Amino acid sequence: MAQPQAKQTTLEARLGSMALPEGGLWASAAREAALTRLQAIGLPDRRDEYWKFTRPDSLVQAEAPHAALFLNDDEPDSFAAVDRLKLVFVDGVFDAEASDDLTLEGVRIERLAVAAKSDIHWARDLYGVLEGRGQTPVARPLATLNTAYATDGVLIHVTGRPSKPINLVYVHKSEISDAILHHVIKLDPEAEATILENGPAAARFNKVMEVDVAEGARFHHIRTQGRDHERRAATHIFARLGAQSLFKSFTLTANGVMTRNECVIELLGDDAVAHVAGAAMGDGDFHQDDTVFVTHDALRCESRQVFKKVLRNGATGVFQGKILVKPGAQKTDGYQISQALLLDEDSQFLAKPELEIYADDVACSHGSTSGAIDEDALYYLRARGIPRPIATDLLTMSFLAEAVEEIEDEGLRDDINSQLAAWLERRRR
Amino acid sequence: MAAVDKVQVKDGVDQGTVEAVRQVGEAYKYGWDTDIEMDYAPLGLNEDIVRLISSKNEEPEWMTEWRLEAYRRWLTKTEPEWAMVDYPKIDFQAQYYYARPKSMEVKPKSLDEVDPKLLATYEKLGIPLKEQMILAGVEGAEDAPAEGRKVAVDAVFDSVSVGTTFQAELRRAGVIFCSISEAIREHPELVKKYLGSVVPVSDNFYATLNSAVFSDGSFVYVPPGVRCPMELSTYFRINAENTGQFERTLIIADKGSYVSYLEGCTAPKRDTSQLHAAVVEIIVEEDAEVKYSTVQNWYPGDENGKGGIYNFVTKRADCRGDRSKVMWTQVETGSAVTWKYPSCILRGNDSQGEFYSIAIANNYQQADTGTKMIHLGKNTRSRIVSKGISAGHAQNTYRGLVSMHPKAKNSRNYTQCDSLLIGDKCGAHTVPYIEVKNNSSRVEHEATTSKVDEDQMFYCRARGMDEEEAVALVVNGFCRDVLQALPMEFAMEAQQLVAISLEGSVG
Repeated sequence: MAQPQAKQTTLEARLGSMALPEGGLWASAAREAALTRLQAIGLPDRRDEYWKFTRPDSLVQAEAPHAALFLNDDEPDSFAAVDRLKLVFVDGVFDAEASDDLTLEGVRIERLAVAAKSDIHWARDLYGVLEGRGQTPVARPLATLNTAYATDGVLIHVTGRPSKPINLVYVHKSEISDAILHHVIKLDPEAEATILENGPAAARFNKVMEVDVAEGARFHHIRTQGRDHERRAATHIFARLGAQSLFKSFTLTANGVMTRNECVIELLGDDAVAHVAGAAMGDGDFHQDDTVFVTHDALRCESRQVFKKVLRNGATGVFQGKILVKPGAQKTDGYQISQALLLDEDSQFLAKPELEIYADDVACSHGSTSGAIDEDALYYLRARGIPRPIATDLLTMSFLAEAVEEIEDEGLRDDINSQLAAWLERRRR
Repeated sequence: MAAVDKVQVKDGVDQGTVEAVRQVGEAYKYGWDTDIEMDYAPLGLNEDIVRLISSKNEEPEWMTEWRLEAYRRWLTKTEPEWAMVDYPKIDFQAQYYYARPKSMEVKPKSLDEVDPKLLATYEKLGIPLKEQMILAGVEGAEDAPAEGRKVAVDAVFDSVSVGTTFQAELRRAGVIFCSISEAIREHPELVKKYLGSVVPVSDNFYATLNSAVFSDGSFVYVPPGVRCPMELSTYFRINAENTGQFERTLIIADKGSYVSYLEGCTAPKRDTSQLHAAVVEIIVEEDAEVKYSTVQNWYPGDENGKGGIYNFVTKRADCRGDRSKVMWTQVETGSAVTWKYPSCILRGNDSQGEFYSIAIANNYQQADTGTKMIHLGKNTRSRIVSKGISAGHAQNTYRGLVSMHPKAKNSRNYTQCDSLLIGDKCGAHTVPYIEVKNNSSRVEHEATTSKVDEDQMFYCRARGMDEEEAVALVVNGFCRDVLQALPMEFAMEAQQLVAISLEGSVG
């Protein structure tokens, strides 16, 4: 498929002198295939329908835009209080010193940089494969670029039920870093794992996570995206779910000048459950986009999409969500809610909550609302002696609650809640 | 209709609904044609055809130029492909762009002079072109006021308007109701001022094509402060084969006026698909109100998807004045392919837009329809209620936009879209776009039946109904309300649909 000249030029500029990374047989094959696909689809531009609400320019331009380092205040890092196995990446490169030992019962953890050198590896069946499946019906070129050029990341094979979460920590140290990370996570039948992610990662961050959840397995994912104001990120999750499996993902985005989080889920086994949720808080120069595509292709599956955005001082929140129910996916239960709380006149919420249904015995509902804070509720609280700023924050927390409730683990939920409260409190000062 | 006969419906779907939908898809009652001698423009499209249409309509030079400009723009445009419809590529050179009954060569001076064959055609369609009370033989007439109800009709047959009833009486009220070709000749100042002001010449591929080749359609002007004394309607009939119909409707409701306008359309059964690309522009000034109702019943094609009308329509209302109001109501049962988004530009402060739609797609029909509500003025309000029903192998898509501009403070939108699938070979889709650029406005989009009017719910529950019954009653009541609000003479097919219930909606 020939691309318009402008797209060709953008792609050539972006790829520039980047060479496909060296690797063993499986990795080289996957990377070459991805490059071929990328050349066919080109990089997104603002004329693409899928980028209607988010300008991809800064995510596709040749050099990563400069992003000042964020001087963290006294607040502890996310998940600091949680017993976890830490893997640290600095500007997209694994830092063995700062990381914990990679041994943990019930799981095998390897670096992509190492595993890619071998000729045969289990990741061959997943790396770029789930990403490739996620390219139809809508192209996701930034993920394809990632598959072709990522040199680092982790390959996690969950065989049992590891005793603690695995925490991928992304440290941002260079103001011009342009990081690409690609993770593959494979859960064996009945296995269960929790992956935590936090940190801004780089000036510009392109991350792909492919997750294969086998029959009866359970996957939990909680991430916070780092509060650097000028950071940019384009992330993708591609998940494939077997029968009776569970997939749960929650993302907190606070700050960041540009974030596009795509999540592509295929429910392929009967009775599988997928929940994807997000809470976004933006103040000022903040553009945050959640793009979700859930495909039901089995019986009696359940999916939930819960996205809440609190926007102020000209921040922009975007939600593009889709539930596709394929022919024969009877008894599907699909739910999708996207809501924005606009705290002033300048902020914006742009949404496209879509349904595409080809089976008749299903229940799919979607809702989308946008508006200011409820003045009646505010009045009620103030009448009880609560000052306006605190009342506003209370209402904001309750607005976000439906998304945060999606986190099953109480300790992790408290961690996220305290971060939300801290964000609001800083703005009250 | 074998597909629906055998269909297994899921629990909770009302059998009456299945039966009503089956009947709609089964017998297309308007599939006969009128054997009448026609004059055609040469096959295909070029500047000469555009000039020919213009000269047939005895248009002034400025109008010919306007058309030519549109034609040249159209050549630079490409067909839109974003809708969820799939049909073979249209050969725009294999169509006739003008077809007129020979007997219309000399424009009849009154309805008495109109070719009896044409009069018989409309009689058979249930639209007698007589200035009489609409009472006789019309279902539901018992609800009409005792003194009867007057409806003025403009009848368009292929490319020309055959006649318009009640013109004299309307003129006494100051209302102008005539064919657009007549308006271009008789009221050029109004046409010049408003034509293309809501749907610009180069708005989209089909609107641009229409601007170049529209042959007839209706024109309405309601002067300030006038409540139009009767309902106005246009009945569009496609008869000739391989002929596209390109009608243009322009409605102007001046300050403080009111008009209710109705539109109906049918076509004979043909094996080849036919093109229909209309443009409707509505201008609503301060304190004015326009109700626009459509029963779209173009030939939908046969049970194997052969033939049928391709219906590519641009309809838009511009609520220019403060407190102006427009209401679109549509019942879509016809056409092989529908591509239609009646829209409201809410420019005036406190202006209101409403869109009520029931779209039923059967067999191999494909409908991609919805609305756009563009909120520009302060305190503007809009409401969208869309019910889509798919059966057989049909695909039914709701596509809509709600846009709150930064200056549209304190505005409101409420959207509810429900879809019902009858059988497992069809599809129902929802593609809403929501753009909110200020925080004093509220936008709510729901695609469930759980959010019905709280007051109505309370009323029902206070009378002992449980919640589920109450919801069903309120939602189904809506369908009936819309259908019963339609003018009777166009609503025969719609009345069958009163049995329809949205119980068992998929979302």
